[in-house]
Amino acid sequence: MSGPLLKMTGITKRFPGVLALNNVNFEVAPGEIHGLLGENGAGKSTLLKILSGAHHPDSGSIELAGQRIMLDSPHQAQAQGIVTIYQEFNLVPQLTIAENVYIGREPGNPILFSWRKMAEQTRAVTARIGIQLDPMTQVRDLSVAEQQMVEIARALSMQSRLIIMDEPTSALSESEVVRLKQIMRDLKAQGLSIIFVTHRLEEVMDVCDRITVLRDGHNAGEAEVKVIQIPDIIRMMVGRVVDDLYAGQHALPVDQSVALQVKNLRRRINKQDPHAIVLHGISFEVRRGEILGLAGLVGAGRTEIARAIFGADPLETGEIFLDGQPITIRTPQDAIRHGIGLVPEDRKQQALFLALAVRENASMAMLPQLSNALGFIKARDEATLMETYRQKLNIRMATSEVKVRNLSGGNQQKVVIARWLALQPKVLIVDEPTRGIDVAAKAEVHALLHEMAASGIAVIMISSELPEILGMSDRILTIREGRLTGEVFRKDATQEALMALMAVREGAS
Amino acid sequence: MATQQTALSASPPKAERRDATRIIGQFAPLIFLFVLIVIFAIATEGRFLNPLNIFNVLRQVSITGMIALGMTFVILTGGIDLSVGSLLALAGMAAAIAFKGTNQNTLSLETTDAVGLGVAGAAIMAMLVGTAGGFIQGFAITRLGIPAFIVTLGGLTIWRGLTLILSNGGPISGFTPDYRYWGNGLIELPWLTELVQSRVAIGIPIPVIVFLSFTILAYVVLRYTRYGRHVYAVGGNPEAARLSGLNVKMITLSVYMIVGFFAGLGGFVLSARLNSSEAVAGIGSELDVIAAVVIGGTSLFGGEGNVLGTAIGALLIGVLVNGLVMLNVSSYIQQIIIGLIIILAVAFDRYVKSRRRA
Ligand SMILES: Nc1ncnc2c1ncn2[C@@H]1O[C@H](COP(=O)(O)OP(=O)(O)OP(=O)(O)O)[C@@H](O)[C@H]1O
Ligand SMILES: [Mg+2]
Repeated sequence: MSGPLLKMTGITKRFPGVLALNNVNFEVAPGEIHGLLGENGAGKSTLLKILSGAHHPDSGSIELAGQRIMLDSPHQAQAQGIVTIYQEFNLVPQLTIAENVYIGREPGNPILFSWRKMAEQTRAVTARIGIQLDPMTQVRDLSVAEQQMVEIARALSMQSRLIIMDEPTSALSESEVVRLKQIMRDLKAQGLSIIFVTHRLEEVMDVCDRITVLRDGHNAGEAEVKVIQIPDIIRMMVGRVVDDLYAGQHALPVDQSVALQVKNLRRRINKQDPHAIVLHGISFEVRRGEILGLAGLVGAGRTEIARAIFGADPLETGEIFLDGQPITIRTPQDAIRHGIGLVPEDRKQQALFLALAVRENASMAMLPQLSNALGFIKARDEATLMETYRQKLNIRMATSEVKVRNLSGGNQQKVVIARWLALQPKVLIVDEPTRGIDVAAKAEVHALLHEMAASGIAVIMISSELPEILGMSDRILTIREGRLTGEVFRKDATQEALMALMAVREGAS
Repeated sequence: MATQQTALSASPPKAERRDATRIIGQFAPLIFLFVLIVIFAIATEGRFLNPLNIFNVLRQVSITGMIALGMTFVILTGGIDLSVGSLLALAGMAAAIAFKGTNQNTLSLETTDAVGLGVAGAAIMAMLVGTAGGFIQGFAITRLGIPAFIVTLGGLTIWRGLTLILSNGGPISGFTPDYRYWGNGLIELPWLTELVQSRVAIGIPIPVIVFLSFTILAYVVLRYTRYGRHVYAVGGNPEAARLSGLNVKMITLSVYMIVGFFAGLGGFVLSARLNSSEAVAGIGSELDVIAAVVIGGTSLFGGEGNVLGTAIGALLIGVLVNGLVMLNVSSYIQQIIIGLIIILAVAFDRYVKSRRRA
């Protein structure tokens, strides 16, 4: 190996009120998978946006294979062979896979480009990452993981040298993650370099060759993955030791009566939406002070159960009892009135108001309590609420008046959690509560969930990370294809036991 | 450490410049308006700045401005209302009929005054009709799920047709002075009249006062109340709003009622100003109204914007028309210039905002 493929030197980037990157150096060798790590808001995405031409650094230089380059636009970055797989995909849903891969660069004659050629070439690049998809399939019919594969195929078709993946695994199921990691290794074997951002450190240990850690916009360390352990990475990221992830158990409240009981939740096949997931008579209960984990593969129906209880989707049949009393929930408003909260799984689509300030996002569900009889918002109460949860959740931002779109992903998630914690619900359903959150913040969220349970709230937690489910839950329900398949208590819960209950049986329908 | 310091000391000037663009960003429409005023003041050798002319401009923009306030609510939720011009005519006609107690176009005041509902009755009638029209459209949008563009495009012709039926196609004119006061009255400013030695009394026109009062009210509602916050939330992300417990349908319905209310108010004021309710009143005015909102920096996608911007946007259009007329620019060329300025103003606003975000 002669010198690094990429060398970024002295990169500084300032946003109004925030120094996002302060004199950061970053090097990637040819043919390596390089982990870029750091807490939420450390500056990872900002560094990568500079590399993809979306942001301009205030100072610093970038060299690619020894040549100094200017990246003034995403187009230039692509021309240099630097391709980014965005978290929000840039695919056109109505077009086919082939069209998406070659969009803007259709092969052949510019007017009558050759469909056949495009399909062939697409098949060739998809074969390189070992996926079998008909290039003529419309992208909207693909799963999230498959769409990501299409993005990667597009990157490959551009003769890229360096692929940037900013949190590619956070929306994938375990088995999809395994497949993505395999693709990453294959690409590395073909000589490409990959920059990989993730908050799941096991993934780092598994696929990365080297890591660079950022902390508060500074370089906090670099290392060969061979010679380090997860606790070392955490120490570099956080600057201190974070003890025991998924920290054990919580105290139990005196009153442990059943808070919520659902009976026979059903959702029928919906002809208009073929992807809709069906529920076949789900019944369970959750007690005050209990953390109930819902485990299952992506698409098993966990989210649908949560949405049904919260009134977000219409139900066909089903009864819901709160404190033993039957209640009717038709809309989220009803649920909130009864003290049921939901932290939804997709913060950008379902929770955030990107153009509003952090404060306005945090208080959105609390406005009835925060306003006076005339409907005026009590500014001081709102500010107090914001400040309380900023401290409690350690939300990092210049001020609570910045638009929430300017926060890093993990801090955005904390704002959503703050919105629901502020309501002090009786039952809180959290759907993937720590998706995209860094280790330290994750420990904080876990501690908070325990704290809430200890104070008598019934918590229902959905997570695709088995260690999280296992570490947090007092009791776990497994779900498969819209049916409950098992109930496991904390003392008996093992990864294998859960996997067996969650897995799709061969030959079953 | 040493290198860090150089990096740091290199950045402040840039940061300051960025802060400056951020501040400009908030006032982009205002700056644009100011520049226009200066240009016209110079080009007309000061005639443009004559208080009589200034108040004239203000009077002219106040009706468009009022409706644009309501339109801001609608556009903030991500909607649109194309029917405001027709609704204005319908409400103006309803006011005239309520006042006269007949839809016969009679100029005799004494006879009709006795049967009608009086000025207050006429004004209330106009606002009720406007609000009801907004309710019907809002209902179709939220309950029947028809896009606002389609519903209000339908409304545009339906309300106009109703107006023509009500009035038998002609105008209804001739109101009492206390009715006309709402269009032509002044709060006189004797010192100003004296100062500029004007032969006619100078004062703040009543429509301007109505417009400014409602601007302040709308500003307060949007900025300080729960309802206002909800409007932004629904426009910013309707699904997130629903999952935060907001009644998205009610909020959406309400903004169409608000714009309807303002169209009704505008219809009343216009009939008072013209001393006549015309079946053809307000044709094409939806475009001015929407332009005012957009020039004022409100995003057509919803969720971003405010009514102060809208008021400035309305003023900007009024100043432009007035200035061009004063300069004897042919009305054909005027239209081209106005169109260009609208695009330019919005482009400037977007440019400054994008700088702010980067
Ligand atoms: N456009 C912007 N305007 C203002 N501040 C910004 C902007 N983009 C990022 N920031 C700020 O810069 C800092 C770094 O953010 P960045 O998104 O790079 O973090 P990150 O390391 O990717 O975090 P995460 O793991 O949560 O995704 C944060 O404090 C963030 O609030
Ligand atoms: Mg990030």
